[in-house]
Parts: sequence; structure tokens; C-alpha cells
Amino acid sequence: MLTALLILWPALAALLVLLVKGQGAKKVAFGAALVELLLGIYAWANFNPNVVEPQFLLNEPWVASAGILFKVGIDGISLLLVLLTVFLIPLIILASFKNNYDRPSSFFALILFMQTGLIGVFTALDAFLFYFFWEVALIPVYFIAAMWGGENRIKVTFKFFLYTVFGSLFMLAAFVYLYFQTPGTHSSEDQAFYALVLSGDTQSWLFWFLFIAFAIKMPVFPFHTWQPDTYTTAPAAGTMLLSGIMLKMGIYGALRWLLPVVPLGVSQWATVALVLAIIGIIYGAIIAIRQQDMKRVVAFSSISHVGLIAAGLFTLNEQGLQGVMIQMLSHGINVVGLFFIIDIIQRRIGTRDIAAMGGITQNAPFMTVCFMILMLGAVALPLTNGFVGEFLLLFGVFRYEAWMGAVAGITIILGAVYMLRMFQRVMFGVKNEITQGFTDLTASEKAVLIPLVVMVFWIGLHPNTFLSLSEPAVLHLLEVIKR
Amino acid sequence: MTSIILLSIFGIVNLFLGFMKSKRVLLPIVMVFLAVALAAAVRDWGQLNTYFGNFNTMMNMDNFAVAFSSVMILSALFILPFSRSYAVGENANLAEYYSLLLFSLVGGIMMVTYENLLMLFLGIEIMSVSMYILAGSDKRNVLSNEASMKYFLMGAFFTGIILFGIALLYGATGSFSLPIISAAAQALEPGTAPLLLMGLLLVLVGITFKVGAAPFHFWTPDVYDGTPTIFTSYMSTVVKTAGIAAFYKLLSAAFGGVYEQWFPTVVAITVLTLVIGNVGAVAQTSFKRMLAYSSISHAGYLMIALTAFNERSENAILFYSLAYAVATIAAFGVLKYVSDARGSNDYEAFSGLGRTNPLLAFVMTVAMLSLAGIPLTGGFFGKLFLFSAALEQDMVWLIVVAVLMSAVGIYYYFRVIIAMYLRDAVAERVPVDSLGTFTLISLVVLTVIMGVLPGLFSGLL
Repeated sequence: MLTALLILWPALAALLVLLVKGQGAKKVAFGAALVELLLGIYAWANFNPNVVEPQFLLNEPWVASAGILFKVGIDGISLLLVLLTVFLIPLIILASFKNNYDRPSSFFALILFMQTGLIGVFTALDAFLFYFFWEVALIPVYFIAAMWGGENRIKVTFKFFLYTVFGSLFMLAAFVYLYFQTPGTHSSEDQAFYALVLSGDTQSWLFWFLFIAFAIKMPVFPFHTWQPDTYTTAPAAGTMLLSGIMLKMGIYGALRWLLPVVPLGVSQWATVALVLAIIGIIYGAIIAIRQQDMKRVVAFSSISHVGLIAAGLFTLNEQGLQGVMIQMLSHGINVVGLFFIIDIIQRRIGTRDIAAMGGITQNAPFMTVCFMILMLGAVALPLTNGFVGEFLLLFGVFRYEAWMGAVAGITIILGAVYMLRMFQRVMFGVKNEITQGFTDLTASEKAVLIPLVVMVFWIGLHPNTFLSLSEPAVLHLLEVIKR
Repeated sequence: MTSIILLSIFGIVNLFLGFMKSKRVLLPIVMVFLAVALAAAVRDWGQLNTYFGNFNTMMNMDNFAVAFSSVMILSALFILPFSRSYAVGENANLAEYYSLLLFSLVGGIMMVTYENLLMLFLGIEIMSVSMYILAGSDKRNVLSNEASMKYFLMGAFFTGIILFGIALLYGATGSFSLPIISAAAQALEPGTAPLLLMGLLLVLVGITFKVGAAPFHFWTPDVYDGTPTIFTSYMSTVVKTAGIAAFYKLLSAAFGGVYEQWFPTVVAITVLTLVIGNVGAVAQTSFKRMLAYSSISHAGYLMIALTAFNERSENAILFYSLAYAVATIAAFGVLKYVSDARGSNDYEAFSGLGRTNPLLAFVMTVAMLSLAGIPLTGGFFGKLFLFSAALEQDMVWLIVVAVLMSAVGIYYYFRVIIAMYLRDAVAERVPVDSLGTFTLISLVVLTVIMGVLPGLFSGLL
């Protein structure tokens, strides 16, 4: 029941927010998101990490005549992503307080509505239910990006929408095919899919049908072309939702519906997938170095980081997959923090152009500290969250194939280059007329950044809080894959 | 069966009501008529009524027929509220139009209850003749006249083809009755019965025309465009549902045994319809014409279930017809208000609707999402059930075509959403009456219920 409540509450709250006129909507939305956070923490407190089966299970027939279930539950893998979602959404709402968007009730209702889709994706244990929530999460963020976005938003967001729907239609086709392979009256339950014994050839094409959907969402090179423009155009909250949480849908989808469902297909194509992921790591980093727009720097850095996470997926060893889990959290936290800092800068001085800035640190010491910590987390300095994840991921890739690990390791150097370059030019140097009147963080901005900074250190210093939650589930997943 | 008798009587009574001075009372009365007919139809569920020995085994009101008649009557009930503005104007012939609508419903119900090809023919004719007149009901509009003329000429021609086909079938089997034709068709060696196959082909062609499937779809865009919006929405929902159900019934009740003989033809029609409908819709600048092409493409989706032809087909067709009808009526309803106020059926007319009329824009968005088959709406499960039926027969390539065409569909359905929310308003708020608002909200609620609790409607048959 708790899982169902976690899914339903944001949707109900969204309807409530729609009824609130004017700028009061954001307060109601923030309150609703805090309630959801409490629900998430309650789930965490009552979660038994040693049980590999999904907990707080709700299993009801949904389309009884076709054997489709409304089956939702939380295991160690789901829990981390649910926690990430319930933690980030209130911060994203709070981060949008100062932007005074037009039609605020629709804006904040859409964010909450998207949360329903996200939690649904992370807890669904029936393939069609998963697909259902997958698309439910997409529609709100499309409207957020398209209605409150910047220039060229219509074209850019439409490309994003068509691209992702196109990919997910393949996933749907694969699900329907798998559904008909299940014995008896057919079932789309996760366990029924895991139990299937399919020939290598079948798994080979099924792999691509599923992989394309997840790869577009993450995005993995060469399916990334929608990403930089969409991140740049979307309003700050939309970018945070897309990069902080939504791309994890793709990674989570691969963990739940790709690796264990078509293990033979994965072993056939793992090398190709890894190479694509590693190309993405290098490609994203090199392009990020050349960007002048802060948002684009972080957008391309995200391609690079996600490439490493995707590579970890296909190593199929414990370090790699645990690295995926912890890096999903770290990346979500860092990237949301960085996009928020960029939004603060843009709100203050009206530009994101790196060349136009300089010397901000003299006026805003507090922001400098937060920015630096988040940036160091992103470049994976020891003691920060990024280090734990990247270390585990690189270790996993290295164990899979040494040269791949070596190439992927370049990301740490390149990451430091583009991040420090941006940080240095924006924050240091001499003040100019644009950055002259820059003011330091306000209370509500601190309220967003401090929890993020705390998390950077928490994961960096004591990753076991989170690693131990997912470890049994990840080991169980590996058993299922290697059955 | 009661519903046919009631609707016929109501139609005649309604003609006399036309003598009344006030035209305003007609709409509520006709809606009550339809509600009564709907109740009568639903009451027949599972009853196996045998009036007059099923009219000498001419018709059979089984659950299949009950379900589809209910969908048709319900669709008509949802469409009528949007005709309110007609009563306000100086429309002298309102009672006649309503009566024709009721009579065409009688024809539609006959098309899903027939057990005898003569009844199929009568049903098609009763329905079509009413529609020829309704297409031209906007008498002073050249386009409406053109629509009526085109529809009538082509429709009469294809009626002739159906009749010819029925005659050949009679020649091959010696009967009009579906069970006898079925037995005779199975007894004949494949390939040795050119008369039977020719007859079947001609009837197929005729029905293909009536449901607006390619390659006999050419009338659709012009006729849909010229016909007054109310009757366009009636044509694209009720007439289409009746046609597809009749098509399915013909294939299953009479020619189920010779599946291999008609499968290639039907599959070719399906693929052509999907491609032409979707690709044609992309190029349109008029929203109404886009909906015309979209109705062609949906005929194609529905025909996927015909080609699959298994125990999932009936339910899939029923669910999809309902989801499609509800979404289409909502779209046409919004279109009617917008085009009445802004004088255009183009996408541009919708610009900024999200600001001036948030409710209309929301209704339209839900309708478009449903037609595009995006989850949370009935259209998603409709497509899922149709595709499941086909995949059960391992027709993977057909599904690949259908999936690609669905992606194309998203493109043109989203154009209006983009216009509504992302373009600046071109005009003032569009006025909407309260009955219309209520109907639109009901349609949205029904679409979402079908999308969240599909179990309520699937697996009925």
C-alpha cells in the first residue's frame, strides 16, 4: 500500500495545486513534495535490505482478461531511485520559487504529476505498467520544457518528444513479443519475463529493441542528439528533472527490463554497448571543453558521465553495478546543483555566457563554496560523492576489459579540464560591469544548495549507507542474469 | 432488438415534433430518445431475445451486436450536444436532420445485427442515404453541396458493387443467410469457386469504401471537410464503427472457414490504409482534413484486428472503437466551437487556445494523446489490444508498420497541441455553452477511465 501511496499522492497533490490560483501554488506544491519526502523516508526506515524480494508489494489485476497486473513494489534498486526522486523534487520546486513563471499552478502541478510517473517507473514490476508510467513521466516534462522554455523551444522539445516516443515504441513492441512468449494465458509480470528461455537469435534483436529505448533516454552516443538542445532550452526546473531524475529511468529500465530479460542478447552485444558508452564518455567531455554556454557545458558533461554509468551496466560484475547505483544518486545530486547554480547566475545577470563573466566569487563567497563542492563532486575528487561512483565504475569496466577501463579513465582528467575551466572563468578573475552587482545566495537558495552539499559529503564519506541498501538486490540481479 | 424499433418510432415522432414553433426543445427530446434507446440496447445484453424468431433469422441481437449498437448510440448521444447552436439559428429543417440521424442509427444497428446479407444491404443503405442528405445539410455552402454530391455519387456506385457481390454470393451458395454461406464456403474446394471468391471480393470492396479504407478512401477528405462538423464527427465515429463491425461480422460469421482466401486482400488493404492515412495526414494544413485522414488511419488500425482474426479481435475492435469514438467526438466538439468563433478549420485557428480557453485546450490535448495512443488515455490500451491480437498470430512485420505509422501519427496530432499552448493567441476567448462543457468533460473523463482502468471495458465479449 505504501508504494501505491507514493505513486498516487503526487498526482492527487497535482490536482490540488491546479485549483490554487496565483503564486500560492508553489507553496502548496512544495508542501506536497515534502509530504512525499516523508513517505519516502518512512519507506526507507521500514525497508529490510537483506530481503531481495520487492517489499511494500501491491499486486492487483489491472487488465484481468489479459493477465496484466498492477504490480508495484520496492527492492534495494528501486529504493535508491525512489529516495533520489523524493529528495530532489522538493528541491527542484524550491529552486523555481524565484522564477515567477507564468501560470504557476500548471507549472508546479506538472512537476508533481511527473513525480507520479517517475515513482511509478521505479516501482513497476509489470512490463506494461512500466511502459505506462514511462510515458506518463514524459508528457509533463515535455510540456514544462515546451511551455516555459527558452528560444527555439517548439522545435527542440518536439524533437525530444518524437525521439523518445519513437524509442519507447520499440520497447513496447519487445514487451508485447515477450508477453506472448510467456506460457499459459500469458503474463507481463517481471518474474514471468525473467523465467523465459529464448534462443540467442531472438534475444539478439530483442536486445536492440529494448536498448534503443533506454539508450535514447539516457542518452548514450549516438542517440544523444536531442539532449544538449533540450537541456539548454528547457527552463531550469525542466533541465533538473530531465538530467537529475529522468535519465535515470533509462538506466533503471536497463537494470530491470534489459539485463535480466535477455541475458544472452546482453552477452552478445555487451562489447558494442560498452564501446558506444565509452565513445560517449570521451565525446561528451571533449565537446564540453569547447562550450561557451554554461548550461551546455553541464549538458555535455552529463553525456560523458552517463556514458560511464552505461558502461558500468554492461560490465555485469558487482563493482560495476554497485557503481551504477551509487553514481545514479551522485550524478542526480551534482547535476541538479550545478544547473541550479547556473540558473541563479542567469537570474542575476541575465546570461550564461562564460566569456561575459568573471570575479563573481568576490561578491558571492557562499555561492562559490557551494559551486566548488558540487563541481568537485562532478569531477570525482576523493571525499566527494563522484569519487565513490566513478571509482567503482572504472574498477568494474577495468575488470571487464583492461583497455576499456584505461580509456574510460580519461574521463577523470577531461572532466577536471572542462569543469575547472568553467569554474575559473566564471568565478575568478576581475569583476566586470556585468558581474559588478552580483549578490550572494538568498535564504531559499541556500535551502536548496545546503542539502545537496550535505549529500555530496554524505555519499563521499559514508557511501555504505546507500551501497548496503542496494547490495543484496544487485547480487540477486546478477544471479538472475547469470542463471 | 427493442432499440431498432424504438429508434424507428422516435424518428417518425420527431418529424412531427418539427411542426412545433420552438426548435430549442428538439435537442433535449432527441437526447432523451437516444438515452432510452441506449437503455433498451444495453438491456438486451446476454438476453438472447428472439423476437418473431429473430425476424425469420434475418437478424440476431447477440452480445456482439448489443455492444456495438451501444457504442454507436452512445456516440450519437455525445455528438448531439454540439448541435445546440443549430437550434439557435434560423435552421428550418432541424427536426428532419435529427430524424435522419435517428434513422441512420437504425441502419447502423442493422449492420451489426444482420444474419442475412439482405439485412446488411438494407442497413448500409438506410445509413448511407441519411448521411448523403446530412452531408449537404449546410445548403448555402458550396463545400457542403460538393460533399453531398461526391458522397452520393460514389456511395451509390459502391452500393451497386456490394449488391453485385451479394448476387454472386447467392449464385455460388444459393442463400443470403450467413450460416448457410459459411457452410457452403467451407464445403467448396479452394480455388474452384471463382463465383464465391469474386462475390466476396466485391462485398469487401464495397465495405472498404464505406469505412473509408484505402484504396477506396478518396471521397473521405473532401466529404469530411465539406460536411457540417457535427455530421462529420458522426460519420467518422458511428458510421465507421458500424462499417468495421459489419466487416468483422461478415468475415467471421460467413467466411471464417476460408481465412486463407481473403487474408492477402485484407492485409494489403490494412497496410495501404495505415500508410496512406498517416502520411496523408502529415501534409494537411486544415485540422478538419487532418482528422479526415486520421480517420482513414484508424480504420487501418482497426483492420489489424480483422487480419489477426482470433479470439482477441472482437474485444480489441470493441475497445478501440469506443476509445477512438470518444476521442474523435471530443476533437470535433472542440473544433466546432473554435471554427464557429474563429471562422477557420486550420491549425492556426487553435493558436493560443491554451490561454484563452484552458478547458477546450485540455480536452483537445487529451483527445489527441488518445488518438496518438499515449498512455493514461484509452487510445493506448486500444492500440495495445489491437497489436496483441496481431502478434498472437506472429504478424511481426505488420506491427512494425503499425508502430512506425503511430510514430508518424504523433507528429500531426501534436501540431495542434503545439499551436494551442506554444503559439500566441490570435483571437479572443471562444464562447462555449454549459451543455457542451459538460459533454466535453464527460468525454475526457471517459477517455482517462479507459486509460487507467481498461479492465472495465476489455474482455466484455
